[in-house]
Amino acid sequence: MASYIGTATSRVDGRAKVTGEAKYAGEFNLPGLVYGQVVGSTIAKGRISLVDTSEAMRVRGVIDILTHQHRPEMADSDDAYKDDTAPEKGSPYRPLYDDRILFCGQPVAVVLAEDWETARFAASLVRVEYQREAHVTDLHAQRGEAFAVEKPEKPRGNAEKAFAAADVRHEAEYFIPTEHHNPMELFGSTAMWEDDKLTVYDKTQGVQNVQRYLCGVFDLKPDAVRVLSPYMGGGFGAALRPQYQVVLAVLAARAVQRPVRVVLTREQMYALGYRPATIERLALGARSGGTLDAIMHEAIAVTSQFEEFSRNDTGWADLLYTSPNTKFVHKLARLDVPTSSDMRAPGAATGVYALECAMDELAIALKIDPVQLRLQCYSDRDQNTGLPYSSKQLRECYGQGSAAFGWEKRNPEPRSMRDDHELVGWGMATGVWEALQMPAAVRIVLTANGHAEVATAASDIGTGTYTIMAQVAADMLGLPIDNISVKLGDSSLPQSPLEGGSWIAASVCNAIATTAHAVRKELLRLAKRMKDSPLAGAAADDVTLADGKIVSTKDPGQAASIASVMQHGKVERIEREESNTFTEDKLHARNAHSAVFAEVKVDEELGVIRVTRVVNAVAAGRILNLKTARSQIMGSVVWGIGMALHEETLYDHHFGRVMNANIAEYHVPVNADVHDIEVIFVDEPDETINPLGIKGLGEIGIVGVAAAIANAVYHATGKRVRDLPITLDKVIQFE
Amino acid sequence: MNPFSYARASDVADAIRQIAADPAARFVAGGTNLIDLMKYDVEHPARLIDISQLPLKSIEETPEGGLLIGAMVPNSDLAYHPLIEQRYPLLASAILAGASQQLRNMASTGGNLLQRTRCFYFYDVVTPCNKRKPGSGCSAISGVNRINAILGTSDACIATHPSDMCVALAALDARVHVAGPGGARTVAFPDFHRLPGATPERDTNLESDEIITGIEIPAKGFNANYSYLKIRDRLSYAFALVSVAAALELEGDTIKEARLALGGVAHKPWRDPAAEAAMRGQHAGESAFTKAADLLLQGAQGYGHNNFKIGLARRAIVRTLSQAARGMPQSQSVKKIR
Ligand SMILES: Cc1cc2nc3c(=O)[nH]c(=O)nc-3n(C[C@H](O)[C@H](O)[C@H](O)COP(=O)(O)OP(=O)(O)OC[C@H]3O[C@@H](n4cnc5c(N)ncnc54)[C@H](O)[C@@H]3O)c2cc1C
Ligand code: SF4
Repeated sequence: MASYIGTATSRVDGRAKVTGEAKYAGEFNLPGLVYGQVVGSTIAKGRISLVDTSEAMRVRGVIDILTHQHRPEMADSDDAYKDDTAPEKGSPYRPLYDDRILFCGQPVAVVLAEDWETARFAASLVRVEYQREAHVTDLHAQRGEAFAVEKPEKPRGNAEKAFAAADVRHEAEYFIPTEHHNPMELFGSTAMWEDDKLTVYDKTQGVQNVQRYLCGVFDLKPDAVRVLSPYMGGGFGAALRPQYQVVLAVLAARAVQRPVRVVLTREQMYALGYRPATIERLALGARSGGTLDAIMHEAIAVTSQFEEFSRNDTGWADLLYTSPNTKFVHKLARLDVPTSSDMRAPGAATGVYALECAMDELAIALKIDPVQLRLQCYSDRDQNTGLPYSSKQLRECYGQGSAAFGWEKRNPEPRSMRDDHELVGWGMATGVWEALQMPAAVRIVLTANGHAEVATAASDIGTGTYTIMAQVAADMLGLPIDNISVKLGDSSLPQSPLEGGSWIAASVCNAIATTAHAVRKELLRLAKRMKDSPLAGAAADDVTLADGKIVSTKDPGQAASIASVMQHGKVERIEREESNTFTEDKLHARNAHSAVFAEVKVDEELGVIRVTRVVNAVAAGRILNLKTARSQIMGSVVWGIGMALHEETLYDHHFGRVMNANIAEYHVPVNADVHDIEVIFVDEPDETINPLGIKGLGEIGIVGVAAAIANAVYHATGKRVRDLPITLDKVIQFE
Repeated sequence: MNPFSYARASDVADAIRQIAADPAARFVAGGTNLIDLMKYDVEHPARLIDISQLPLKSIEETPEGGLLIGAMVPNSDLAYHPLIEQRYPLLASAILAGASQQLRNMASTGGNLLQRTRCFYFYDVVTPCNKRKPGSGCSAISGVNRINAILGTSDACIATHPSDMCVALAALDARVHVAGPGGARTVAFPDFHRLPGATPERDTNLESDEIITGIEIPAKGFNANYSYLKIRDRLSYAFALVSVAAALELEGDTIKEARLALGGVAHKPWRDPAAEAAMRGQHAGESAFTKAADLLLQGAQGYGHNNFKIGLARRAIVRTLSQAARGMPQSQSVKKIR
């Protein structure tokens, strides 16, 4: 058993991707396809007073131009527009619904033409007039208006009092600017009506979410809508919510009675969701020996005027550190921008950044090694619920991470280590994320030739879901991996949750296990009917599937090949669909953890920062595939480097517009910014979390990276920069 | 992007004829800047005249001992050409500091000179911008101006010229060969690009019906003591916040001749003969370098987000001159600053 799980298996879809055989949402060339180009609003707030499409309509090849005044029917209740991940409170944005402008770049028209170039040109000729209203896009200007949202974590003790009485106090404000996801693949949708049935190819992390959403918006029955998203060029949370282009494609296809594709431009993707700019205030009170007495964490994050999107920025401290007194407050400030959204480790990437910088600052104030401080404050329970962890090998992460990094050679004194003109800094931070799982169903069709098709509606957003599912199925069914084909990204397949929150691996792989179990039971039933069956007396739990055979675990000599069993039973295929045995475990806290160590070299005169080394030691349950898992963590670390040093959506608050809405000027790390990244997976068997012991890896890798780098920059230079990104002018005061 | 017609120029004379005949036409060489600007609706040429196949792709030695570089030589070919690597490593280094390998493969020598500013507002047709729409105002002066200029600015425009290659060409005293309906002429590098003044819509003194045919660089290449240092917000593939081209001719530790040009700080590569003259005869060391930096940065002014560029430029100048003096030019592949 277990010959594929845990190995470094290459992607099963790798070939399709490099040959172009894998098709993405904007690549389905349906006959008679019409191309849609979105026209975005140029103001951030107000009303549309006029949309003049006359000149654009005169361009040869333009078929129609949809506006809020000229479009097919769509729903008029908030409920209809609430997708599975919509914030509880608020009115979701309705594309092309009415004359109100809620954010800059909001679609005000869609030009439909015979080809894309024509649509794009005609879009530039659509003239829109507005009645402007005063807008605000600056979080700092609006922080006074922020309001608190309800939080799951209740305050414990009296944090203010304990903080005031503490031997050593650290209090500071940290800032993370708005960041955009910038997945490589542009958002796009292709929609087609056939009679009253709708088929949509969409870039989405949840085909069934989009299906339900479209049923709401267009008042359709679920069986009339099929949504497909077989491959994705990156999601990172951007494609959790249905984006407006899918509505526009469906509206347009209805209007012109032809298939329609709408692909956004890179610039237009800056008018979708984003990681909200967040102000984080930390106050830590400690005893001089290095234990915490008070933790206060308050966050103020951006949301839109029309929805309240919030994620847990505060509260992570309760998972990591013991303190008798804690207080967590999360506030939102409304700006005239789109609703903020999930981005890789939402809440944690930002909140833990602030927490882990604050812990570093506290360690310095206490004159204690930062790793030592964390060990002294280490919590074996979720402090807030009091529950022990299903597993928590964080201590091992600190140990293995610091050993691999060589942490013991660190001179704690800032500016004490150098290499020529460069100051060398070593910093570290803790990472923590949730280990979630959701109900999911998987269908397995086993055919007599020893092949199996494994299917669920989940999306592979580029992480390797196809591959790990093939591995798990191959092991569970005792077949070579080449005999497994995985089908994903189709709303007509068995129910699956959205691909997000790092829960897909645990959810669908455990569903494979239950379904494979049902297949095995059926095989055993058939095997028992064979003449002189070697498995005549075997109970369901006494057999396993291996090497194409059904084998007795008590006596491996007693076996029958799957092919012969099916032949004798006269069945061509065995089809089973089961759900995972997901139950809410109320007795354990479930989290993934990590310890991140970073080395930076900072030019002493010029402030140029190079991240020369990162070690990320991760404890996240069972690692299904060492190769794709390592890629997840490496990619996360690279993103963490970007978060620390580069990423920032620049607004001109006067115009309420994003000024660097392209990937030349919105900086993410390039090869030159990335050096050695070492990924360590700490062994973490977890027998209670789920049958396969899976925690998920999509997000834990980014948490803590920016803090480790910021702490390293401080250690190198003696300059504490709390506002991200850490650019050279923040490190050095150039006079 | 607007519909446009496309034609290939058969030779230089044909190119000039075609451009002179149609004021709405534009030359396209590598297209790495022009096509982007068309996609952003900043440029709307009715006609593209493709000059990329013109026979201006050679690098030839001049009778005076310099080189004449054809306007269609791709940036990559130029950077890796043996004569450039040996005699003008400053130029090779500056080119390699710019853009990405893919872009340098496409970009032409002539096009590089004529690339337009990266000022955010210039690209965003919704906002006022004097360079894009004369008289509409300058949004950058009170807006997002981290990447904008600190020298030679005007009330009308604070844009920078973004080229790296041009900074080295300025330092090397290059001359631009151009041809037009009235014949051919050469333009000294300092006279090629303009300061914004009251007419920021004009980047250069090239006439609209003229074509760049080549760049001439004189014999002196400063291949022993030179460096190109580019400071930016990530370690590659970003435009310069500040860049410095430095070239020295030394006699022992004494400076016989010095060249110093800045990129990323003005509407053109920034040079000042006074700063270079002040180094002549001085000991090649920090005090001469600092003095030169002060002279070159005289009158520098920040606009808020870019105030730091003044101090950064000062330090970068001193460092680059020191690299040149030490014979340790900045590597463009190893990002550690020497
Ligand atoms: C993402 C990105 C990053 C970049 N980073 C850098 C960087 O870091 N440093 C840097 O220096 N550059 C950088 N560049 C700019 C690049 O160097 C220029 O785009 C390139 O040099 C332009 O050359 P081209 O041949 O493609 O010009 P084109 O785009 O073809 O033309 C540009 C202009 O010049 C005119 N033109 C071209 N050739 C002639 C001629 N012979 N005579 C008269 N007119 C002519 C055209 O009409 C047009 O107006 C970057 C570009 C991009 C897109
Ligand atoms: S600096 Fe120049 S290019 Fe930028 S907005 Fe002002 S006028 Fe336009």
